[in-house]
Amino acid sequence: MRYSVQRAARSIDAPAKHMAIDKLEQSAKELVLTVQEYSLFAYRAVTNLFRPPVYWPDFLLQADIIGVGSLSIVVLAGISTGGVLALQSAATLTAFGATAVTGQFVSLTMIRELGPVLTGVMVSGRNASSMASELGSMVVTEQIDAMRALGVDPVRKLVTPRIFSCTFMLLFLTIVADACGIAGGGAVTVFMNHQNGTQYFSMAWEHLRYPDILQGLVKPLFFGYILSSIGCFYGMRTSGGTEGVGKSTIQAVVSASVIIIFVDFFITQVMLSLFPAP
Amino acid sequence: MNDSKACSQLDPESGEATENGTTAAAPGPVVEFRNVTIGFNGPPVLKDISFSVAPGETRILLGPAGVGKSVLLKLANGLLQPERGSVRLFGETISGMREEQMFALRTRTGMVFQESALFDSLTVRDNVAYQLIQEGVAEARVDRRVRKALCFVGLEQTFSLYPASLSGGMRRRVAIARALIHKPEFLLYDSPTGGLDPVTCNTIIELIVKERDVYKAPSILVTHRLQDAFTLCTHRFDEEANGMVPLPKGQTDPNTTFLMLDEGRLIFDGSLHELLKSENPFVREFLE
Repeated sequence: MRYSVQRAARSIDAPAKHMAIDKLEQSAKELVLTVQEYSLFAYRAVTNLFRPPVYWPDFLLQADIIGVGSLSIVVLAGISTGGVLALQSAATLTAFGATAVTGQFVSLTMIRELGPVLTGVMVSGRNASSMASELGSMVVTEQIDAMRALGVDPVRKLVTPRIFSCTFMLLFLTIVADACGIAGGGAVTVFMNHQNGTQYFSMAWEHLRYPDILQGLVKPLFFGYILSSIGCFYGMRTSGGTEGVGKSTIQAVVSASVIIIFVDFFITQVMLSLFPAP
Repeated sequence: MNDSKACSQLDPESGEATENGTTAAAPGPVVEFRNVTIGFNGPPVLKDISFSVAPGETRILLGPAGVGKSVLLKLANGLLQPERGSVRLFGETISGMREEQMFALRTRTGMVFQESALFDSLTVRDNVAYQLIQEGVAEARVDRRVRKALCFVGLEQTFSLYPASLSGGMRRRVAIARALIHKPEFLLYDSPTGGLDPVTCNTIIELIVKERDVYKAPSILVTHRLQDAFTLCTHRFDEEANGMVPLPKGQTDPNTTFLMLDEGRLIFDGSLHELLKSENPFVREFLE
C-alpha cells in the first residue's frame, strides 16, 4: 500500500517538476524578449529626434502636461520631505550638540538624493501611468493602427515627444523639489525647532559643492528617460482590451519606480567614485 | 445624406490628380497575396491565401465572425506581417519591408476600421484632416477640404464636434471621410456597416458605391452582411440623381467580385453569379 502511494506521488511529482521548469523557462524567455523589445523601442524613440519629421508642437504640449501638470505634487512633496528631514534630524543632532548642521544635512540630502528620486517616483506615478493608459487605450481601440494606416509613425508622433519632454521637464521639476525641500526644512527649523534661520540657510549653502549639484542634476535626466520610455513601452504593447490597459498601467508604474530606485544606486556609486567626498 | 450636387465631388479642386506627390498605381494588381499564412503564436489564422485586386476592382470579403477577415485586411496594407508567403501593394513587396518604409505606401491607401478608430482627443475636423495636417497643408485649405469630405458623407454639421458626441453611424461616416480625404488609390473597409441600423447601413453602402463608381478606386470590403454585399453588386451610383440606383434586372457590376473565407482558408473567389451557383457546402450554408 505504502509502495503504491509513493509511486503515485512520484508519478505526480515528475510532471509537476517539468511544468515548473517549463514555466520558469517560459518566464525567462519572456523577460529576455521584453528587454530586447524595450531596448529596440527606446533606441528608435531616441533616434527619431535626429530624422525628420519631428513633431515640435507635440514636444511643447507634452512639456506642459508633464512639467506644469506635475508642479503642484512636486512642490507639496518637496516641502513635506524637507520638513520631515528637519524634524527627524533635530532629535539626533541635538543629542550630539550639532543642530547647526541641520541646513547642511537637509540641503545635501535633498539635492543629492531625495529631490531626484522622490520627484522621479512622484512623476512616474502621475505620468508613466498616464502614458501607459493613454497609449494603451489607443492601441485597444485601434487608434494606433489608424495612425499607421494614415502613414504617420506612432512612435515618432506619440512616444518621442513624451520621452524628451519628460526628460527635460524632470530636470526642472527636480530643481523645484530641491528648492521647496530646503525651504520646507528651513520653515520647520525656524518655526518648530526654534533654531536660527540664517544659520540654517548659510550652512545649507556653504557646504554645497559642485559635484553635489552635478549629481542632483544628472539623476533626473536618467529618471525622466526611464519613466517615460517605460510608460510608453508598456502602453504601446497593450493587449487584451480594457483589462489589458489596467495591467499595462500597473506594470509601467511598478517597473518605472523600481528601476528608478535601482538605477539611483548605480549613478550614486559612479558619481561618488568620480567625485569622492572631501 | 446631403443631396447637394456640390457634395458629390469629394475634392473638386483642379490640378490635384494625385495626392502627396506620389505616382499613380503601377499597372497590374493593386494588391496581391501569394500563399499568405499568419498565426499569432498559435494555429494559423489564415492559411495559404492567394488572390489579387485589379485596378478599379471591388472585392467583397465574406465569412463568419472570427474567421480572419480583419487580419487579411491589415495584411493588405502592412499593418500585420505574414509568417509565410508575400503581399505586394502597388507592385512593391511589403511583407518583410521595414515599418518606416511602409508609411509612404500607406499614405496612398485609405482604411475604414471596424470600430471607426477615430482619435478621441481630436475634433471631427482634426480627425478628418489628420493626414493633411501632418503634411503641413495650409489651414484654410485644410478647412475647405474637410468641409468637402464631410459634405460627401453628409456630416457638415459635425465639423467642430468631438467623436464622443457622435452616434455609431456618424462615427463610421467620419471614418469614411478621413479615409477618402486624401483621394486614396486603394481602399480597405473593415465591416463598415457592422452593428448599425438598416437606414445607416444603406447610407454607408451608398457612400461606398459612390466612391467605387465616381472615383473608380479599387477596394476590399469586409462584411458578413449578405444584403450589403448584394446591394453593392446590383446597384450603381447615378451622379445626375446624386444617389444609388439599381442596375437593370439580372445585371451586376462586373468589377465587384467576391471572396469567402472559412476556417482561415479562401474557399471562394469569383463573381456574384458564380457565388450563387457554388456547390461548396459552406458557401451554400452561408448564403441560405
